[in-house]
Amino acid sequence: MNLRRTRAVARKEFLHILRDPRSLALALAVPLFLLLLFGFGLTLDVDRIPTLVYDLDHTPASRELIARFDGSRYFDVRGYVDNYGAIERGIDRDQCLLAVVIPKGFARELDAGRRPAVQLILDGSDSNTASIARGYAESLLAGYGFDVQAGAVQRKGGIDLNAPVRPELRVLYNSRLESKNYIVPGLIAVILMIIAALITSLTIAREWETGAMEELLSTPLRPSELVLGKMAAFFTLGFVDVITSIAVGVLVFGVPLRGSPLLLMASSAIFLFGAMCQGILVSALARSQLLAYQIGMITSFLPGFLLSGFVYSIANMPPAIQVVTYIVPARYFITILKGIYLKGVGLDVLWGEVLFLIAFALLVFFVATRKMRQKVA
Amino acid sequence: MWRRVFEIFRKELRQALREPRMRIVLFVPPLIQLIVFGYAVNLDVNVARIAWLDMDHTAAARDLRAAFEGSGHFRILANPVSERDAQMLLDRGDVQAVIGVLPNFGRELDRGATAPVQVLVDGTDSNTASLISSYTTQVISGFAGRRMVNEQRAKLVASTMAAGTAVNPGAPSVDARTRVWFNPDLLSRNYFVPGVVVNIVALVTIMLTAMAIVREKEIGTMEQLMVTPVRPLELMLGKTLPFALAGFFEVALITGAALIVFGIPFRGSPLLLMACSALFLLSTVGVGLFVSTVSETQQQAVMGAFFFFAPAFMLSGFAFPIRNMPLAVQILSYLDPVRYFISIVRGIFLKGTGVAELWPHMLALLLYGTLILGASALRFHKRLD
Repeated sequence: MNLRRTRAVARKEFLHILRDPRSLALALAVPLFLLLLFGFGLTLDVDRIPTLVYDLDHTPASRELIARFDGSRYFDVRGYVDNYGAIERGIDRDQCLLAVVIPKGFARELDAGRRPAVQLILDGSDSNTASIARGYAESLLAGYGFDVQAGAVQRKGGIDLNAPVRPELRVLYNSRLESKNYIVPGLIAVILMIIAALITSLTIAREWETGAMEELLSTPLRPSELVLGKMAAFFTLGFVDVITSIAVGVLVFGVPLRGSPLLLMASSAIFLFGAMCQGILVSALARSQLLAYQIGMITSFLPGFLLSGFVYSIANMPPAIQVVTYIVPARYFITILKGIYLKGVGLDVLWGEVLFLIAFALLVFFVATRKMRQKVA
Repeated sequence: MWRRVFEIFRKELRQALREPRMRIVLFVPPLIQLIVFGYAVNLDVNVARIAWLDMDHTAAARDLRAAFEGSGHFRILANPVSERDAQMLLDRGDVQAVIGVLPNFGRELDRGATAPVQVLVDGTDSNTASLISSYTTQVISGFAGRRMVNEQRAKLVASTMAAGTAVNPGAPSVDARTRVWFNPDLLSRNYFVPGVVVNIVALVTIMLTAMAIVREKEIGTMEQLMVTPVRPLELMLGKTLPFALAGFFEVALITGAALIVFGIPFRGSPLLLMACSALFLLSTVGVGLFVSTVSETQQQAVMGAFFFFAPAFMLSGFAFPIRNMPLAVQILSYLDPVRYFISIVRGIFLKGTGVAELWPHMLALLLYGTLILGASALRFHKRLD
């Protein structure tokens, strides 16, 4: 291991990057663009669910129920219809997602002390929104049912009763419940994955493709020096992206950063190192840019996006796939990011994740340098 | 002319399929995406993981716990004994919420006062958090309602016993009868897998088209091609047709797998799906061609294609519902051809809609496709001349 030789490779690589301003611009612009898009545009929060109402009862009781739907921030009553055909058309044309049908005799049944059923019709083709809408609608009905019950009890008993139990809700970590507060931190992981998969592995695959790698390997350079030297340049690029993402997240989007910024940088550096070694390994295996790109996408970007818990909760996945997520480094990094940003926890909670990232980075570094050596032999 | 186009087409197809690894490229990414989206991705919170912090230890507290367990929405994973433990569970993300029954809960209830139940929700994932809050409120009000009715009944029974008559105090309430159309079990896979068709087709055609052309530039064979009698238009057709064909092949492959492996309903017309795919391919091949004209190296081509594809994918409504975006972004999404194809594919798969409902989307695709492909073809033509 010779620092001078490592430095020389790093210098060459820096020059390569600077000489290709278009790739450089894209490497800096893509993350920023993703960040702005996610921060401003994308939200997973479901509210203002477009709702149609079909009221067959037309009584004060039914109007009171409709007013509750209208008043809730989760529903947006778009209109009133008077037949099922209109509901069908509304759903077919994506004009509504939920239809509430209040049956004839709704108020009469209530007065008689029975339990009339309110029909909820949901467009299941958007299953996620539909199941969330269903949860909100059913709890709204449960709340209404409770109030009706309480009213009846008081009327009949002629006495005042307090509601026996009252939930005291407190939301921790993200009290205003904004999805950008967890999406923006998670994006750092995705962005680093892109840098690693699209830039590192492609650049090196190109050297394999053009034969420049063989020449490099025939010099006294050792594989580990080569890997480290090459990485230095991309690492700098990736780290600029990390700092940009943190700054934009905090300054532009007002995402809270409650934990230690130092720990955040350190764990990002470890993750970045591992992801880049992985990129180099992929390029050594693929040796062509097209293939390196495809393998890079499959092994780093897709799992980073889908299996890391970034947007899709791991706990909801089937057990077999949950097992797979344990070997996805992004999973640990996302936990660290959310922990540092939103929960403000430190190493005392996150040490296990950090340890895994270190182990992963070292392992991949080792395998990548070995693979390089084999290629020459 | 057609003979020359065919020759390039043949060369391109051979070049692409010659390499065993390239053949893998055509099969493996779609397969992995299918598996992940078919099995793994699921935004639903069916069962929330909670911790139960009981500081009261009375029968009433145990009743409340039973109400939570019986609701089907909660699974109690931990029984912390102190608030500190509960906080730790939330910090580590082991549970999504903690329900705290405060001391004297039972006594307050017996006194007829309002007893608070503490609910701490991890808000990190905002969507899950609001749903959990809403489930919690639902269970607690159900519990409260039952409790009230029982109390009332006990009182009434006591007083009617005194009066010597028996009445049955009714307890009116409301039931929800939920009916879900098109996807009765609310399977996420029914929502995502049709979208994978779009995703893969876009990715494969944009990327492969751009890279195949730029590769010739990078290794210098483009010049050789240009000194042959092949004209730019012929070269362009010969270069893009194989990837359009690959696109069709992917549509068929993924649709087949979706139907056979995942049992996704397919209610519309397969013919219409193919026709719409053709319209969509105009746009993607056009974008790929355009990227190839602005890139000198394959890396630039990949980055360029990604630069188009990432936002197009995000704004398409594939994973993030367009309805929830801010208005400005919603308007922006109308410029995204992927958006229209997603609506079409979901409509055909799940709702069985036909041309009558889908024609605006098809028209938009046709418009964008001719525009993008036309502009790129002109640009490509100029660059070669």
